[in-house]
Amino acid sequence: MKITTPEFKSNAVEALANPTLQKALGNVEKGFIGKRQKAADALPEFEALRDNAKAIKDHTLAHLDLYLETYEEKVSESGGHVHWAQTAEEARNIVLEICRKAEAKTVTKGKSMISEEIGINDFLDENGIEPIETDLGEYIIQLRNEAPSHIIAPAVHVLKEQVEADFRAEHTHLDNDRNLEEPESLLDEARTVLRQKFLDADVGITGANFLIAETGTSIIVTNEGNGDLTQILPRVHIVLASIEKITPTLEDVSQILRVLARSATGQDMSVYTTFSTGPKREADVDGPDEYHVVLLDNGRTNMIGTEFQDMLRCIRCGACMNHCPVYHAVGGHAYGWVYPGPMGAVLTPSLEGVEKGGNLPNASTFCGRCEAVCPMRIPLPKMMRHWREREFERNLNPTVQRWGLKTWAWFAQRPALYSLGAKIAMRGLSAMAGRKGRLASLPLGRGWTKYRDMPAPEGRTFQAQWAAQRDKR
Amino acid sequence: MASPQNMARSNILSKIRNQVAGNEENTARRAAVANRIANAPKGVIPERGQLSPRKRLELFCERAEAVQTTIASVESYDDIGEAVSDYLRSRNLPQALRMGQDPRLGNADWSTVPNLTREVGPTDGTDLVGLSHATTGVAETGTLVLTSGADNPTTVNFLPENHIVVIHASDIEGDYETALDRVRQMNGKGQMPRTVNMITGPSRSGDIEQTILLGAHGPRSLHIIVVDD
Repeated sequence: MKITTPEFKSNAVEALANPTLQKALGNVEKGFIGKRQKAADALPEFEALRDNAKAIKDHTLAHLDLYLETYEEKVSESGGHVHWAQTAEEARNIVLEICRKAEAKTVTKGKSMISEEIGINDFLDENGIEPIETDLGEYIIQLRNEAPSHIIAPAVHVLKEQVEADFRAEHTHLDNDRNLEEPESLLDEARTVLRQKFLDADVGITGANFLIAETGTSIIVTNEGNGDLTQILPRVHIVLASIEKITPTLEDVSQILRVLARSATGQDMSVYTTFSTGPKREADVDGPDEYHVVLLDNGRTNMIGTEFQDMLRCIRCGACMNHCPVYHAVGGHAYGWVYPGPMGAVLTPSLEGVEKGGNLPNASTFCGRCEAVCPMRIPLPKMMRHWREREFERNLNPTVQRWGLKTWAWFAQRPALYSLGAKIAMRGLSAMAGRKGRLASLPLGRGWTKYRDMPAPEGRTFQAQWAAQRDKR
Repeated sequence: MASPQNMARSNILSKIRNQVAGNEENTARRAAVANRIANAPKGVIPERGQLSPRKRLELFCERAEAVQTTIASVESYDDIGEAVSDYLRSRNLPQALRMGQDPRLGNADWSTVPNLTREVGPTDGTDLVGLSHATTGVAETGTLVLTSGADNPTTVNFLPENHIVVIHASDIEGDYETALDRVRQMNGKGQMPRTVNMITGPSRSGDIEQTILLGAHGPRSLHIIVVDD
């Protein structure tokens, strides 16, 4: 997909001025935060499980080469095929080749962020194979010709009235009198249309939440059952997964499952957790004849052994964006690529380069809520800071910003001067603000004052107050 | 000459190896991996499910009902027919179902419900009701575990609008680890059935305005019959 991350600022301005989007974004806070808290509180071992989930992934990443080899061996033993792809392009070609061999006309798809990352839908389309998204949210945005705006709720930016209009435009068999005002009727319509597509498809593509090294198993965690219909009905099942999805054992997966759904939707367990191992066996009466796994790197090996390795623990629950004030304000599309929110702000520059993705780590107030709720205890703010440092080192941020940072640094290294400067600036700002105590415009501060007044500083400087506190003790 | 995919494989693996181990000998790392897979440490097991069999069954039912599953209890396999028939009647469904070859279900006494027709084998999507037997269950979240094969075809779990699952009370475990270990033992360690389905409630979606609706693509209703003899 086309990356618009470099235009994050203008994307964000547009998003803030879009009343439909703003209304839809209200559902993020309503739909996720309270539910997660309740689910986490109801399990006394939740924090201990987070610690263990982190430890499991740290161990796995430290031995990732060996676990990948073990996994590959087990997949082959069970009659499946593992394909390795260093880039998105390699992955696309592998998928196309499998589809061509299967003489596929249509391909059903379970929800997969890796499939978004490699842009498989457009590629299949260009090559005469029709991809059909079957997750309700993904289906809606496919009709709208949009990208997902959230990693677990792809159509969270769409209101039900918009879905109704999209269905009426696309499903031309619909009677005008048919009532589609309620989400129930929209769901029924999607269910009916997609049921036949499931049965007709030649190939089914799913993602994977986990790959188990011990058994050569891929796991999908879903609520709708579309992923299951995608992988048991067609003759060929293709799993798209990135290399860090490896988890050593069934026990390790069980541990992480307990924090996944609770962090994501606030469910104790998602409805369907499905384990697939190889193609169907002699004793099986259903399931695919062929089972393929495409293992994608696409920049992840560059993160291993660096300060960004922790990001590879991510299990894609979406808790960080659900709790992010910036995401709440601008939604997922403003981020301009596949992964939005705090995890996207770290992952995008890692995978697409800081030149393209460097804007995103700046789209954070460092409030720390993302790290507080991350089930895998990924230090997201710290990693965003690292990206800001890299951006600065590589001269990528605007001149005014660099000049400002350098000026600040010069003062910060001279405490006496800094203290004096702060006092003068405070008095100056107070004087400018007058009795109102607020500033409607500020030199160099228009980015702030364009949208709201700047409160004038009151009382003494932080340093003065700190010194006074210390003297008291 | 190496194929592009073999190149990709060796590039990915050697890049990881360089970053995590450098020039270090891999013997110790290999041992750590083999050890973890062989011993599969259990980690943190929630207290919630660690109960007597009776209490475990109660928790299983309570958790399943909390996610919109309905539950009936019978005293023997021979009572399943009537329990199924009653359920179908209560939901205004025709007296017909689709099931696999599971002998526990097949050998039950169906003569008490002569009007109930049973088709055996995988479903093509035209059946309204599917009947399966669970391999095991997990009390901590009211989760069913079903394994694929001719006895319980996977399509029966997903295509019919209504899914009825029979589980024996003694097959309900406290936690996922114990339940999955039983699945692992079925075919020997490291071997899994083609498909294992952990099912927790009927299908649902929150994709339109985060409003939870039942019956997205899988069954709209899930009914569990516990055989408690």
